Amino acid sequence: MNSTPTPSPPEVEIADLSKSFAAVRALDRVSVRFRAGRVHAILGENGAGKSTLVKCLMGYYRADGGQILVDGRQRLMLHPRDAHALGLGMVYQHFTLVPQMTVAENFLLGRERLPAIIDWGREHAALDAFMTRMPFRLDPRRLVATLAAGEKQKLEILKQLYLNRRFIVLDEPTSVLTPAEADEVLGEIRRLADASLLTVVFITHKLREVVRFAQDVSILRGGKVVAQTEVVAASEPSLARMMFDAPASAEKTDRSRRSASRATDPYLELAGIHAVGDRGTPAVIGASLSVCPGEIVGVAGVSGNGQKELVQILAGQRDRHAGSVRVGGQAFRGTRRELERWGVSLLIEEPLANAAVPSMSVMENLALRQFDRPPIAIAGFVLKRRALYPFAHALISRYGIRTGSASAPLQTLSGGNIQRTVLARELARAVRLLIMQNPCFGLDVAAAGEIRRQIMRARNDGAAVLLISEDLDEVLELSDRVLVMASGRISYETDRAGADRYEIGRHMTEGMARLSA
Amino acid sequence: MTGTFDLGWWGVPLAIVAGAIRVSTPYLLVSLGETLTEKSGRVNLGLEGTLVLGAMSAFATCYLTGSPWLGMLAAGVAGSALGLLHATICNLPRVNDIAVGIALFIFGIGLAFFLGKPFIEPRAAMLPGLPLGNWSDNPAIRSAFEISPMFFVGIALAIILEWGFTNTRWGLILRIAGESADAARAIGLSVHRVRTLATMAGGFLSGLGGGFLSLYYPGNWNEGLSSGQGLMAIALVIFARWRPLRCFYASLLFGGATAIGPAVQTVGISEGYYLFYAAPYLLTLGLLIYSSSRTRTLAGAPSELSISR
Repeated sequence: MNSTPTPSPPEVEIADLSKSFAAVRALDRVSVRFRAGRVHAILGENGAGKSTLVKCLMGYYRADGGQILVDGRQRLMLHPRDAHALGLGMVYQHFTLVPQMTVAENFLLGRERLPAIIDWGREHAALDAFMTRMPFRLDPRRLVATLAAGEKQKLEILKQLYLNRRFIVLDEPTSVLTPAEADEVLGEIRRLADASLLTVVFITHKLREVVRFAQDVSILRGGKVVAQTEVVAASEPSLARMMFDAPASAEKTDRSRRSASRATDPYLELAGIHAVGDRGTPAVIGASLSVCPGEIVGVAGVSGNGQKELVQILAGQRDRHAGSVRVGGQAFRGTRRELERWGVSLLIEEPLANAAVPSMSVMENLALRQFDRPPIAIAGFVLKRRALYPFAHALISRYGIRTGSASAPLQTLSGGNIQRTVLARELARAVRLLIMQNPCFGLDVAAAGEIRRQIMRARNDGAAVLLISEDLDEVLELSDRVLVMASGRISYETDRAGADRYEIGRHMTEGMARLSA
Repeated sequence: MTGTFDLGWWGVPLAIVAGAIRVSTPYLLVSLGETLTEKSGRVNLGLEGTLVLGAMSAFATCYLTGSPWLGMLAAGVAGSALGLLHATICNLPRVNDIAVGIALFIFGIGLAFFLGKPFIEPRAAMLPGLPLGNWSDNPAIRSAFEISPMFFVGIALAIILEWGFTNTRWGLILRIAGESADAARAIGLSVHRVRTLATMAGGFLSGLGGGFLSLYYPGNWNEGLSSGQGLMAIALVIFARWRPLRCFYASLLFGGATAIGPAVQTVGISEGYYLFYAAPYLLTLGLLIYSSSRTRTLAGAPSELSISR
């Protein structure tokens, strides 16, 4: 590895790059120039080809055609090692840190050659010296599992700098951060670029970040560069138009006025819930909340602050140590009978793993809530397979589930279609309480919009909706009331009118003792 | 003068201590081997088979060459061969390491019984013990403190592994493979290679444990030689939370429990002593119940293990 610092960070140019996967053309003659010492944003919807582009650049994929030039010289990127040797580094959307190791150990892992015996005294001294030169610092002796999401992101960036990489690609760097953390991390990145220490490329779909932190922006749509401009010249709406080919926020979900339902009693009531997480440490600490019919209560929070455990309690998947759950004024334990009686529907995050049977067919998964009652079952135990087909086909066409056939195993579907399948199953009966956790995670804009409309429709029809999401924009868009969950507690509450993104973000990071790693 | 030779009831704790030292060695070697393998992210449940095959290989080699140390080497090599087989099968896509382990458990025992038939009767040279009880005139104490060098090899290994997991390149590489296969791949490591080597090294240590059984204590070869030490050692790893030094303490505990039965018998209790023979099994059961929980994952377990996912 070349460790002598070059006078300026590399300039990288991509020319006519193409890449196809089977019949899909992911990149179509893409040309982009990343100027030295500048922050360049790549903007685009899911599936626009952003990730494919940088993976070709970093040597993870081999492009079908086109060139990559580093400081004017054409380079072949056959392996990530080739990119690393030229000082190109990438921070992935999903962290590649090892949680059960210390910060210092994680720093060392990326090195090309580790010494056979590690002199920790010397390594720690070198790391401490390195940290003093950096814009943000971390204690090298801490276990990574105890770091907050923002700190992990900083560690990933510091790691690249430690490895002398001067050209850094960040793949959706802020997707797991609070607004304040995102501003801090991107602000520091911008400062490093302005000091001519780095050339930065960051992939995002958040216009706000592009306008605030990027100097250049390239917009990808359908595998092509549709626009490339300096940010000063571009305003947020014009960027949005180029990204979606339509003005953003054109179709907001229809929010009907709540009929004088304020007076009604809460339909869901949680009082003083305590529960422990998978590692045996407290995960939910005295959480209380209530949801009335016809309102959406959004719970914002950084992942790992007890949301998962809270939802599992509501779904009957986890025991609570203390506290009470009441639905419709009655004690609720999440049994199948109670779910049916009170019209409770749940969309748990990662439904393929948590709320569906991957190897069973789409049809069978759709019937999981109703397979033991008429018309699908006779006398409660004989399954009438013939009755399954019309039931499943009706839901498949109504929710636009794209599947080869109703008998295809659920695991063969795409993420969005799995999400739709589970949503269809949950909404197939009268819903009076809808509990949703990250309902649009990993979905493209169109699919997400459709699911949000379904949620709003359920609310407008009088259901009580509890929305637990890591996506603050989603919470702010849908909720009538916003709560914040941090460190296992409900730490903040505000109504829709008083919701302020930064105030909420501040509460999201408050008391960041990481409880359930 | 008879008093010095007959320790009476004091013989029981002495026998337990001596037994703990003697019996703990195979537990220690197998559990260190399993810790090494599991740290890389794979479970090898076949170590009971490895232990028995190691015992047979050691005894046969020693009988044929006359050298107990060559026998120990053969035990280790046989163990790593089984480890290589386990790793090679597990490297194939969609293979479950638990199922392969159980298959190799049965295979190892079967192979050892098949090849070991001719060696059941004869006697072979034994591993020497270190006479550390010479300060005493009492033969009971002298025999209790005749300790196998393998015991000290085990302690040294435990210390080296405990230190090596955090202070050497190999230790870090092993732990990355066991904690995050994605991170390992991202930095260009071959996870399969790391796990193969770790499983082979673990098999080598377990083979040595078997060699200890047939060449030191109890010191013969028969089909009832191991009474599940290989399996209990795996439970012991969970109790020791994947820490080599704790494996040592836990091995002493298991060794002591195993020694209760014979010790009680020597002082003339002839009724119900079979109950004491069950002590190590009860201990295993108790410790597993103690260290498991319905609501939490095992603390300290490498994240890539199939049992912690």
